[in-house]
Amino acid sequence: MSSFIFFDISAWAYIAAMVTYIAFLVVGNKTVGLIASTITIFGFICQSTAVIIRWISSYYFWTASNPASGFIESILRAAPLRNLYESLIFFVWSLILIHLLIEFKYKNRSLGAFVTPLAALALLFIDISGTSKEIQPLIPALQSNWLLFHVMLSFLGYAAFGVSFAAAAAYIVMVTVSRKEKTYIFWSITIGIFLIVLIGMGIDFLSLSAIERGELIQNHFLKTTLRSSSGGIAAVSWIVSIVFIFVIWQFGLRLKNILTGLNLTPAMLDEIVYKSIAAGFPLFTVGGLLMGAVWANSAWGTYWTWDPKETWSLITWFVYALYLHARLVRGWRGKRVAILAVIGFIAVIFTYIGVNLVLSGLHAYGSG
Amino acid sequence: MWKFLASVKLAIFVFIALALSSIIGTIVEQQAEPAVNIALLAKFFGDSTAPAVYNIFAKLGFMDMYRSWWFIALLVLFGINLIVCSLDRFPKTWRLIKRPQKPLSDNAIRSLPVKKELTFKTGLNTAKDEFLNSLSASGYRVVEASGSDSVRLYTQKGKYARLAVYAVHLSIILIFIGAIIGARFGFSGYLNLLEGEASNAAYKSPGEPIPLGFTIKCNNYETLYYEGLDTPREFQSELVIIENGKEVLKKVIEVNDPLTYKGITFFQASYGMAPDAAGYFVMDIAPKGGPEKRLWLRSGDTFEIPGTGIKGTITDFSPALTRDKNTGALTAYSDNMVNPAVAVEFDGPGKEKYTGWILKRYPETGVLPGGHSVKFVDYWGVEYTALKVSKDPGVRFIYLASVIMSVGLYVCFFISHKKIWINIVKDKGSARISVGGYTNRNRLTLEKEIEKIVSHASEAIEGRRGK
Ligand code: HEM
Repeated sequence: MSSFIFFDISAWAYIAAMVTYIAFLVVGNKTVGLIASTITIFGFICQSTAVIIRWISSYYFWTASNPASGFIESILRAAPLRNLYESLIFFVWSLILIHLLIEFKYKNRSLGAFVTPLAALALLFIDISGTSKEIQPLIPALQSNWLLFHVMLSFLGYAAFGVSFAAAAAYIVMVTVSRKEKTYIFWSITIGIFLIVLIGMGIDFLSLSAIERGELIQNHFLKTTLRSSSGGIAAVSWIVSIVFIFVIWQFGLRLKNILTGLNLTPAMLDEIVYKSIAAGFPLFTVGGLLMGAVWANSAWGTYWTWDPKETWSLITWFVYALYLHARLVRGWRGKRVAILAVIGFIAVIFTYIGVNLVLSGLHAYGSG
Repeated sequence: MWKFLASVKLAIFVFIALALSSIIGTIVEQQAEPAVNIALLAKFFGDSTAPAVYNIFAKLGFMDMYRSWWFIALLVLFGINLIVCSLDRFPKTWRLIKRPQKPLSDNAIRSLPVKKELTFKTGLNTAKDEFLNSLSASGYRVVEASGSDSVRLYTQKGKYARLAVYAVHLSIILIFIGAIIGARFGFSGYLNLLEGEASNAAYKSPGEPIPLGFTIKCNNYETLYYEGLDTPREFQSELVIIENGKEVLKKVIEVNDPLTYKGITFFQASYGMAPDAAGYFVMDIAPKGGPEKRLWLRSGDTFEIPGTGIKGTITDFSPALTRDKNTGALTAYSDNMVNPAVAVEFDGPGKEKYTGWILKRYPETGVLPGGHSVKFVDYWGVEYTALKVSKDPGVRFIYLASVIMSVGLYVCFFISHKKIWINIVKDKGSARISVGGYTNRNRLTLEKEIEKIVSHASEAIEGRRGK
């Protein structure tokens, strides 16, 4: 049995959950919230099933070419954390898991509208980056338990940081009072750009053939709309986008009232931001930095080389260390620390995706 | 000065400075040819200004940034800040840990962050016993102070968790120490060994040997492939350490599984084929049903399959044999030994001469029509293994630091210092109870714990009354 059907169902379920959570914010109807949670749980069950099926298939794939490998070793080598596709799936799975735990613990559904878009974005990225979904043979450098724990713990950490980002974004929305405030302008425009890019990529995606989709990021990014070769379409797209941002700026303040109406308090969000960073920081430090170094040392003979990926994970680490010290020792509170949490997660995204996509693109030979 | 170096404000500045400057190093290609970075800068500044910008950047050390004096200075500042700050605070924390806990008045309990008041229709001693039971069930060791009509219980847990921060900070210092020791007393080099070749030195760069103090020999190099695919499954070298003419250690190394001898570690880094080496064709020959015999042959050599009169002559070799899809001709699709094959011209009694290709990865190609077998085991002596050779006495500090940091972070974030006070006052026929708690973090957890202790005790008290 193929795992893809379950992955597809879960992806659609998360996207449906995102829409429902946002609808829940807008209409504030309890039943809608309940539906959103139910869809999420359904998607989570499907995704877990898919992961297990994939794990089992990988197990047979591995033992077929490594008959001498023991049972435990084979299970570890088959763990579905072996390439970009599988690690992003695991990220989404962890993100939804943490989200469900928080929803259960705080008895509050509104955060879903901020967390599920992250899951949707990761799933969309899988499809547009053209990363291979097939089970591939494991090349020698990847045959290491250290690497496995490194990837698993880092992504759990990233998921916790993802939740802190969602909560920090919601926090910033809640504490702004006027449309003239710098933070208000910042977040309304950021959300506007975020949504425009999301919608634009969605349109690209729908207008491309399956083969072209694989190269969307490299060749077709926003080419159907904002960067269209037809001047008319491009101009209309730009006007629509600017109007869209203006509308968000005009009506964004309502979001704050909606959140307040849903019993979400800044104090609760602040606590979620802190708690998820407090959980993510040790995971990321131990899994991401330390185990990564141990693995590098056992595979390549150096634990640290200052390559861009390592350096970006160190930058991420400094940002979160800054958050912890600013908040716990210097007593920073409010918007200032929330913005640090947002910056931290942007650094996470850059570490994971930006380094490969943006930096290697800058160096002519790296884009290959 | 001490105050400045101990301040967390400085730490915040250093965090920001390190993070921002590190970004530069990820954009500018490090230790690269100037042309690479000039081309990069041209994308931002235009072709004409790029060389000038390059010169400025190079002066600032951006081209080898992580070794530039100012980046190192930032790291040193970071280390000093961390040490001074920890030294500055440690005595206070130590006093906090060692200070004996004192009983509190009812009023003081009411001003604690976590508090609870209740009354039971029961005697002073019953209430005291049950709360003592309940507290020790939760792992608290309790001190009592009794008055005439009242008793005060107080207790604390996890006070040493306050030291975890220092363990985390210490581990960062250990990483610095490990890095310095590695840079000072270690080395990193490489060594290419042809199959059968030995060396008593590694190389920092061509012509810059580092003596090893012993001899290392490569017996064999081998790439294993996934069945039916050209994806490598394993890169393996069989290495031997020779000291005073004697073999002292032999190991097959793989990626992720290096060989260490006398502090020097050999990692499987890469491999290749020597362009003009002539090696041995290692063949396993067996007549139908007969025993296998291993032969080491040169190109052009002739062998005989024992007892059959069939002769074979080695006429050709291809590192990666394939049939061209369009022309149908045999060609090599790689210079590496991806799919090595040997051509053997067979000549037997009563048969026409014919030539067959025998593929190493597909032993069935070596089965002759009569059921005799000629297996191509290896073309030995033409591949070299590329080893990374490193000695890093600092690594043990890094590993020690990793363990300390992992444990330290866990304790730091998940174990808190908790204090609980319970005052029990006799009030006519009842016992009036005030419970208070303080913790350095995670108030919610303490609230839950106190909740549990109280409900546990009250159930027991109710239970006793019921009897
Ligand atoms: C990236 C490096 C660093 C890491 C990973 C780190 C880690 C930590 C952690 C995990 C805590 C405990 C936070 C908590 O209470 O939950 C902490 C506390 C603290 N850190 Fe750091 N730290 C770093 C660098 C520094 C530096 C450079 C200073 C220099 C001033 C510093 C000063 C402090 C202080 C004063 C505390 C509070 C200690 C207390 O509670 O008494 N840290 N650090």
